[in-house]
Amino acid sequence: MKSYKSIIRIASFSFAACLIALLGAPILFAEGEREEVEKYPTRNIEYIIPFNPGGQSDITAQYQKMDLQADLGVNILIKHMPGAGGAVAWANLVKAKPDGYTICGNNIPHIIIQPLVRDNAGYETDQLIPVYMFQTTPIGLAVLKDGRFKNLDQFIDYARSNPGEITIGGSGTHSGHHLALLQLQKLAGVGFTYIPSTGAAPSVANFLGGHTEALFANSNDLVLHRDKIIVLAMGTDDRFLPHLPDTPTFKELGIDMTAGISRGVCVPPGTPDDVIKRLEKAFEAVCESDTFVNKMEELGFLVRKLKSREFKAFIDGKREEIIDTLKELGEL
Amino acid sequence: MQTYVWSSIFNIFQPINLMFIILGVGSGIIVGALPGLTATMAIALLVPFTFAMAPTHGLVLLGGIYVGAIYGGCFSAILINTPGTPSAIATTFDGYPMAKKGEAYRAIVAATISSVIGGLIGVFFLIFLSPPLSRASLKFGPPEFFWLTAFGLTIIATLASKSILKGLIGGAFGLLVSTIGISPIGGSVRFTFGTVSLQGGIGLIPALIGFFCIPEVLGMIERKGKHYNVISYRTQKNIIKNVLLKLLKKPILVLRSAIIGTIVGIIPGAGGNIAGLVSYNEAVRASKHPQKFGRGIIDGVIASETSNNAEVSGSLIPLLTLGIPGAPPAAVLLGALLLQGMRPGADLFTVHASVTYTFIFSLILSNILILPMGIYSGKLVSKLITNIPVAFLAPLVVFLTIIGSFSIHNNIFDVYVMLFFGLIGYVGKKAGFGPGPIVLGIILGKICEQGLVQSILMGKAAGSIFKIFFTRPISLILIFLTITSAGWPLIRKYLGGTKKR
Repeated sequence: MKSYKSIIRIASFSFAACLIALLGAPILFAEGEREEVEKYPTRNIEYIIPFNPGGQSDITAQYQKMDLQADLGVNILIKHMPGAGGAVAWANLVKAKPDGYTICGNNIPHIIIQPLVRDNAGYETDQLIPVYMFQTTPIGLAVLKDGRFKNLDQFIDYARSNPGEITIGGSGTHSGHHLALLQLQKLAGVGFTYIPSTGAAPSVANFLGGHTEALFANSNDLVLHRDKIIVLAMGTDDRFLPHLPDTPTFKELGIDMTAGISRGVCVPPGTPDDVIKRLEKAFEAVCESDTFVNKMEELGFLVRKLKSREFKAFIDGKREEIIDTLKELGEL
Repeated sequence: MQTYVWSSIFNIFQPINLMFIILGVGSGIIVGALPGLTATMAIALLVPFTFAMAPTHGLVLLGGIYVGAIYGGCFSAILINTPGTPSAIATTFDGYPMAKKGEAYRAIVAATISSVIGGLIGVFFLIFLSPPLSRASLKFGPPEFFWLTAFGLTIIATLASKSILKGLIGGAFGLLVSTIGISPIGGSVRFTFGTVSLQGGIGLIPALIGFFCIPEVLGMIERKGKHYNVISYRTQKNIIKNVLLKLLKKPILVLRSAIIGTIVGIIPGAGGNIAGLVSYNEAVRASKHPQKFGRGIIDGVIASETSNNAEVSGSLIPLLTLGIPGAPPAAVLLGALLLQGMRPGADLFTVHASVTYTFIFSLILSNILILPMGIYSGKLVSKLITNIPVAFLAPLVVFLTIIGSFSIHNNIFDVYVMLFFGLIGYVGKKAGFGPGPIVLGIILGKICEQGLVQSILMGKAAGSIFKIFFTRPISLILIFLTITSAGWPLIRKYLGGTKKR
């Protein structure tokens, strides 16, 4: 019995110690803040991923983590805050302290479409200050290899004579896939039935099981499942190399559209310029390394690098484009 | 394959791999035992470190964590009535009552041994039946998901032991809660009352912690006596032998639970929580004494824990063969595999076969390691918790629940959700509403809605909604199961007219 008493004593002691540590922590942090203006960063940086672990944003961030730590000299803590297609994280980010210790992945077109179609998404596109863009995932249209369609012409012709019969899966409503579908319908003048899922992964499972006939998917998923599928067309400007050299682009086939999801990082509004510069430099160093570029290409991503200023211009341009498209389609 | 078997077994016993497996299982158990920290999170946290390791080392570590964490959830489920991971929900139903009766250690031993057996049966399926099972997993489309949830909702009848009406009200409340936030398919915003934080919906884990744990803690304080202890510890001899004998006498219970766990595991999107609940439900239905469930019967713990550990390997079946994760932790493992340059599917069993088989065989060892770790720490922890006076235990548990709900997504809003549902759960419990049906509604609501809406869209495209719902073979099986499960009390009456409750 004696030993239990001592265990209890140890437990209560550790509990008290934890409490003291917790109470003491703010004091330590306050100490850090005084210095941080001069030589950012001096403490751990939280890197928020607005999606579930295991997703594409997460995979990329996990891969960047070690190199970012080496460059910045502090720990990078990857935290997942999924929900509402990313909106939960972005709504939280704009309220975070703009000191450079909270950074967040930002995905185009998500951050553009959500504030347009929802009354109160919790943030405005402009409030997410772009730091660096490192990646684009082109979107392609795929069917199963043992299905009835072998090329886009057949596919569109069938849809023309049987409106609404072909089902196409995608990651969700108001997602990049949904936008691609709306564009394709408009440009080809045909109608499909869109079956949204709650993310890319379940839509791929649905498609591989034959529950939807076709799928709008990100390039990395197309690469992962390339043995079982035919990619009818890619939403790129040029052929998607090195993985799909024989797959035509939509443009080649006379449908003037591109589709893709771009990823980068952003910070809360009001973050000082020199902090943004420092982060920009760190991301640039990481994303220029051969290992990063090669790994991303191997997984089916395209490395596309834009610095803060160009990234902002890119988002503004996309925003105009998307507003026009959605207006034309009557979605706005 | 055979050429790899011996080399894989040899690999596992290399000191460095052995060390990573032990490390993985040990830390997994700790993570699993703490409410709010899940297997998914632990694996995600460690993925960046595994890049620097050889693929084999990284994967056996992550596999050990996965196995350990799903098992570890039983500790808090049994000792403080709070599932440490969602997979352990069904373990609370009989595990905590057992602990209250002084059988905490016996419950933990039962959970441990059945986790090991369930886990091993799961690995058996993973090794020998992966190709056919993964093909079957693809057959699960939106209509099947809808019917699976319909079947799942019949579990309310089992969970609401006292009043079916209250159980149904609780279930409906849970379903209603699951509709908060952005709708899964249509993308419209519902019931957020203008609150941005509610857009993401109500998280399962904060609701879980709130509903199970807070009422229990408030109850502890209410009943405070001079020398009151929540659970008591009775020294019993030969507990391990006793539990083993019990398990040997119930091979069907164990086998059925493991098969349910594996099947739910291979279904992408249905995880260990559903596995445990379905298996518990079937254990009750098959039992000769259904009325004993919920009052601390060892069978309940066995059913839940066998199936949730079988689910681990089950969720890896479609992952390794098709690249489709069967559960959230498996999704993170997919990321780890891809970053190591290993593409699931054919490559994994040819080009990378040596690594893959070492990983699979390491799961056997991880499962076996649970046994000594669980039995040893189970004794320690159950004695410890029993000896902490309520005055310390209650604040400590509340402290853990707050840290736990915050750490899920580092979102303070989750803490508010947890406290809010904790109060609802407390009031509800006084009025006779148990947490089981409500949580079941929250788990199944989103999956159900998604399946329903997607099926209707598919049906419209195909020209017949009826055909989509009622003519697919797996759907028909699920419909049959739903009807028998819902009508079970009646069927039981007819079958055994002489045996009365």
